Formats: sequence, C-alpha cells, structure tokens
Amino acid sequence: MEVSFLVKRFNPENPQKGAYWDDYTLTIEPSMTVLDALIKIREDKDGTLSLRCSCRSSICGSCSMRINGMAGLACKMKVIDNLQANQTSITVEPMTNMPVIKDLVVDMDIFWNKVKEIKPWLQPDEVEPSGEYIASDESMKKLAQPANCIMCGACVSDCTVLEVDEGFIGPAALAKAYRFVDDPRDSETSNRLEMLSEYSGIWDCTRCMECVEVCPKDVAPMDRIMELRDRAMNHGFMDNSGAKHTDAFADIVSHSGTLDELKLPLKTFGMFGMPLNMLPVAIRAAIKGKIPALFHKGIPNMEGLKQIFNKVADEEQQASEQEE
Amino acid sequence: MFAHDVLVIGAGLAGMRAALAASRSGANVAIISKVHPVRSHSNAAQGGINAALTDRGDDWRDHAYDTIKGSDYLADQNAVEIMAQEAGEELIALEHMGVIFNRDSEGKLGTRAFGGQRKARTFHVADITGQAILHSMYEQLMKYEVQVYEEWFVTKLIVKNSVCLGVVALEIRTGNIEIISAKSIIICTGGLGRVYEPSTNALIVTGDGIALAYQAGTGLMDMEMVQYHPTTLKGSGVLITEGARGEGAYLLNKDNERFMQKYAPNMMELASRDVVSRCVATEIQEGKGIDGSVLLDCRHLGEKLIKEKLSQIYEIGLDFANVDITKEPIAIRPGMHYMMGGIKTDINGKTNIEGLYAAGECACVSVHGGNRLGANSLLDTVVFGKRAGEHAARNISENSGNLLEKEYLHSEKKRIESLLERKSTEDRIAAIRNDMGTIMDDSFGVFRTTEGMETALSKMKLLKDRYEVVAVEDKGKIFNTDLVFALELGFMLDCAEVMLRSGVERKESRGAHYYLDFPERDDKNWLKHVLITRSVEGKVMISYLPVNITNWNPEERKY
Repeated sequence: MEVSFLVKRFNPENPQKGAYWDDYTLTIEPSMTVLDALIKIREDKDGTLSLRCSCRSSICGSCSMRINGMAGLACKMKVIDNLQANQTSITVEPMTNMPVIKDLVVDMDIFWNKVKEIKPWLQPDEVEPSGEYIASDESMKKLAQPANCIMCGACVSDCTVLEVDEGFIGPAALAKAYRFVDDPRDSETSNRLEMLSEYSGIWDCTRCMECVEVCPKDVAPMDRIMELRDRAMNHGFMDNSGAKHTDAFADIVSHSGTLDELKLPLKTFGMFGMPLNMLPVAIRAAIKGKIPALFHKGIPNMEGLKQIFNKVADEEQQASEQEE
Repeated sequence: MFAHDVLVIGAGLAGMRAALAASRSGANVAIISKVHPVRSHSNAAQGGINAALTDRGDDWRDHAYDTIKGSDYLADQNAVEIMAQEAGEELIALEHMGVIFNRDSEGKLGTRAFGGQRKARTFHVADITGQAILHSMYEQLMKYEVQVYEEWFVTKLIVKNSVCLGVVALEIRTGNIEIISAKSIIICTGGLGRVYEPSTNALIVTGDGIALAYQAGTGLMDMEMVQYHPTTLKGSGVLITEGARGEGAYLLNKDNERFMQKYAPNMMELASRDVVSRCVATEIQEGKGIDGSVLLDCRHLGEKLIKEKLSQIYEIGLDFANVDITKEPIAIRPGMHYMMGGIKTDINGKTNIEGLYAAGECACVSVHGGNRLGANSLLDTVVFGKRAGEHAARNISENSGNLLEKEYLHSEKKRIESLLERKSTEDRIAAIRNDMGTIMDDSFGVFRTTEGMETALSKMKLLKDRYEVVAVEDKGKIFNTDLVFALELGFMLDCAEVMLRSGVERKESRGAHYYLDFPERDDKNWLKHVLITRSVEGKVMISYLPVNITNWNPEERKY
C-alpha cells in the first residue's frame, strides 16, 4: 500500500526558510518500520535528509523522533501500526525540548548535562573487595529495568514539565539516579536522595505519565521517580515542599476523609513561607468563586477510612522489616 | 589544531577501555567517535563475556584450549593465553565499575553455557550484556572526565616516515575539517559488517579504522575469516543470541528434526558457530529448510525463563518477526556477524607503524583465528583495549605533532570538497553499497568457490569505478550524513577487496573459510596467517606469518 510520510525539515544553512514539511510517498511492506521507510527515502529519493540511526533493533537509542506527535524509536515502530483509521499518512518530526541541528537531528547536550548532574556512576565503599561484590540475584535483576534505559531521549522530548521549566532534571536522569539509589553496592544512597530532593529534582514531576507512555524500553521513568520520592521520605528528607505536601495531603485526608484545600498550602509551605506567586492564582480562584469553604466537612464513615490507613501502615511496616 | 598524548578512535568497549587505561596511567587522553559513545555497536552483544574463574573450579587453560580449538588452530596461542589468563581480573574490574551481572544463589557472579565450550563460563546481564557493560563503561568515562570528540569522523591517518602523528577529521555537526595530533593513536573502530547485505551489524559498522590503517600502510591479517552467526532473523538479519541455545533452545528443520544430531552429536546446538552455520546452510541447501530458513525453538524453556533471561530476543521476536517465541518457533538463517581478521597487532596492540595501535574487532592479535567463540568478543575488547591503552600511554613517541602537517589538512579538504562538487549522477551511493553487500553475501558467505570469489573481485573493480564518479547529493556543511556515507563507502570498498583477495589466497578450508574447491584443512601448507599490505604506490602485497603455537598441537576438530 502507498503511504505518505510528512517529514519536518530544517536546514540550518538556510535559517530564513524556517522549518518546513516534505511529503514523500512510498509503497510499504507489512513488516516495514518507520526507520526502514526513512532509510528508503534517504537512499532512493532524497540524500539530503539527515537523521541519526544505527542498530535497527532498539538497542542503540539513536533514532528517537516524534512519530504522529509522540516520541519513540523509529526502528521499533511499524508503519502499519502507526496509521490511524482511514489515514494513509504519518508525520515525522524531530524530538522536542532539545534544539534542532538539522532535519530530524537534535542537539542532545542538554540531555547529557542533566544526566551528568546526578553523578551517574557507581560509588562503592572505598575498599574494593578482591573479588566481586556479593549481591543477591534479585537485587541485580531488579536493576535490570532502570538499567534497560538506552538514553534515547524520548522521555525528555515529551516531558510536559521540561516544556515549561527547563531547569527540571527530567525523567531520564532521574531513572538513571534510581538505578544507583537501588544498587546495594552503592554507598552514596543518602547523599543522592538528598540532592534529588532539592528544587528541580524528584518533586518537580507532575505525574503526567507521558514518559511512561513513550519509553521504548519499559523503564517507566515516572514510576522510578515515585519510588525515589518514597525512598527520600523514608531517609528523612522532609524539609522540602514536595515531601511536606505529600505528608500534609495524607495527614489531612486521614483526619477528615477528604482534602481541605485551604489547609494544604498552609501545611506545605507554613504560614509565612507561602510563595508570593501563588497569590494571583488565589485571587483568580476567588473571582471565579472557586475558593474552598472555610469550614471543611469530613466524610460520614471515618471508621472505614481509618481501617484503610491502618492497613497501609501495617503493610509498609512489613515491607520495611522484610527489606532489613 | 588539537593535541593529545593519546587519541583513541572509536568509543565502543575497546575504545573506552583503552581510553580509561591510558587516562589512569596519567596521559592526556581523548576519544574521537563518529557517534556518541553509548550508540556504539558493542551494545548489540547479547549473550555474555567468557572468563575461567579458578574459584569456580574452572581453569584458564581449558578456556584457552576451547578458544584455540574453536579457532581451528589459526589463533596465536601466546595471545589466547594472555586473554584467558587476564579474563578473570577484567571481569571483576567490570563488576567493580558497576555492571549488574546476574548472580548465583550465593550472590556471586553467575554463568550460562555458550557454544564451543565444555564448561559454563559465560557471565552475563540477562541478554543485554553488551549494552550493560557499554553504559557502565561510559559512566566511568564521565567519572574520570575523559574528553570525547563526539560525532567527529576520521578521514585520514597522518603517517610520516613510518610514524603516526595524528588524524584529519570531519566534525559532522559543523562540517569543519581539522587536524588532531597525538603521540599515540589507538584504532578501536570495530568491525566492517555493512560490507555485507544483510548483516547483524549496525549501520555504523563500516570498517573505517581497518581501511584507515590499510591506507596508511599497516598489514591486514586473516581478512578471509568472516563469521556467519547461525541464528539471525530471516528477513531483517537481526541477531538472535547464542544465549538462546545456551539456555537449551533447539534447531529444527522442516521435518521437526533436531538436525545437529547428525553433525555434532556431542555438542549439538552448541557446537562452534562456523560449524552450526554450515549445518544450517547445508540443511537449507538440501531442501530441508522452510523458505530459506530453519527454526529456532524456545518453547520448552518456558515463559518465565524466556522473559527473564532472554527478554530482549523475546522483544525482538515480537517487534521484528511478529513471533511470540514462548508460543512458536522462529525462522532463522545464518547471517554475517563478525570479522575475525583485521589490523595486525602484537599482544600490546602495537602495529608496524610507530605510535599506531589497534584493539577490538578491528584488530587481529590474533585470538579468534578462523572462528571466534561466542562471548569471546567482549573479552577481547576489554583485555586488549586495556593493554593497548596502557602500552600507548607508557610509550608516548616523541613526535612533535607540529603545524608542518598542514599539507595533510589541505589535501584532505580538497579531496572532500571535490566529492561535494561532483555533478549529480543517475547512480547513487546507496545503490553501490547495496550492490557490494549482495555480491559479498553471495560470494563470500558460508561457502566459497574460486569462481565466485574471482567474479566478485572483478565486480568490485566496477563498483570502484562507479564510486569514483558518484555524486554526494547533500551539498551542505552541517550534519551532512550523505557525505559521511560516501566516505564510509570508500573505506568499505577497500575492505571488501582485501577480504576477497585473502579468500582466494587461502587454498584450504579452515574455520569460517569453507572453500568448496579445497574442502579439507591443510596444516602442512596453510597453518599460517595471510597478511595483505598496500605499498605507497598502491600495490597490493601478500605475505604470510607463522601461527604461534605454545601448548596445543593441531588436531581434528569434532564437536
């Protein structure tokens, strides 16, 4: 069947032209991936099309790009699977949140600089054993999921926080950080968690799930970020708005069964620590009549709620005993 | 102009290991690579890394023997001994760097069985061993802040009076052409798989370093020894790890028969790769295949084991063949995989040119001889990468690396500009490369004949003529991948020619070189290496080197 590939182009040597679209039509085979198609375009139709690609089997992480508006590895996406109903075209664009160098090639320096910030190397105790470090097979296998990250950049491209806050350390660097935090051979767990609890770290994720959706290797960065939050709080890193917010949320709900939206910012930031930039939000909310009631009402069945809280606490207790 | 004590070309495992070793020795080191280090093809090594650990009751001598037997007695035994002896130390060094090796029940490193070896001595990270080691090695590079010229492509080695003084390189991102001078240069550019079509190798594996060294006057050894991996996907040529057979998968023909029984009754599916590939090819030729392939059956291993230990090939089956390997067998055929030959070096990676070293797949020490054992390639990269790095740092030659070399810069700039200025042609770079790939797969695969190789050589001449006039379509400077492909194709055509010449030269069958006109191994006349060198005038010269034999005399090879 014939498929048209709408490819976003940019030639840095003719910047006045800006980004533009080229339309290439190909006859495709059922097994063909988007990368196969792009290579065919480059080889048979247009040698000026630039993209990175190498292994063709989702191991090297070179060919991340946005296909139909979602980041992923072009070599892992079949053309047929990416044709929407009654459509015979596919759009291909460079990743976002990183500057475009040419066509589908982006500058990943930003990506790597963020990864480097988390000190991405094993920091064991000073004295190395003569043989290997002893570690359970389970602990190593558990690391296989975060270590499966091939640094393709798809999660960073589609991260909605990075879109508005380029200071955020981002999903890839945080998943990489988790790989060391969870490594029994690493001795810097606490320092790592402290650093990650700071501004622009684990608490800046808004849990939009985009990174989990686009990750081609099932690393599920957001889930790793949530695990890091748990670890950080268990290590006592509570002196930040993220941890306080989480704590306050649970505390309020445990008392009344619903969230008291007036109390939450007070408990998170303290009476005098409220960020000024929240004021306009509050005023706008007041104008629209969306200020929560001054007197917060609880739910009727508090007994059932208490049972839930107790059960969670019991299970956490058991889990932490098992870990020890 | 940029200057360093040691410059490593290529950032795969051999390159990064060499750079780390040189940097730890106190030298000013940089790596130059046409891709970011973690995109390197060492990623694709799935199965594992071999080491005979004495505390597991293993013996390096057994590992050495298996390697030598696997090589069909063409490997140099002094080099194999070094590799087998240093394997344990290197393995532990990798673990200390952070590699998440699978463990046994005591929490020590765990092993799996691999082809051509009588003992399970393959250490692994599920089936992503190469990827796991490559990423850990890059972590070390970041830790020690080793400089990387990222996405720079070396176009020429600067050699004057038999001393290597530096390189001329194209910065892909800007299109600038620069000289980087260095007192020692280590080539770690990997193999040349893309000379073939299809191949398990990544698109970047284009023999650049092998051709650079050859053009600079270094000898290429055993270039006829090309490994076809027994199990690659029928359509795309994507690799299915030997680890699958290591875990117990069967090879079946169309009659559902485990045909390896006929050929290698003891080792069955785990005979050495050249043997298994020949058996698969024979079955297919005799009409016992299914549409040009045979079946790899993993079903009896169970879903749990497959998803845990063979997760990547489970994924590959789904993505690239629409096959769930837990539920049905998968169609495979032998495919081009690895180059045993390469730049002739000594046991410290040194070539015949002063200041020029090589390590990893591009080098030929030789530890693989006529056939490499599975999981010996990762070992080769780290053991000889480290040795080359240390040796290069210790023996920094006192060349000046001064501006005198401007002439090299000008001539390279001119050459590349003239490539860009060519008038557009009907012919395309990709067309020439695909023709080359098909010719090599047809004539220089599992079975070879005089007629096939001679015809291929004359076809190569025609391809070179086409290459002399074909146009580069992209005329821009910034990220001109079209230009890079053109330069790579030039390297590959040189490699292909040397390979075919070596093949015609070796008039016997040994290891991966199965020559139908001479079907027997001939130790009397051919227990020697074939070395091909190019003179300054461009004349191809063939010579021979004896095989180093220490403890193991050649005997008949049975599995």
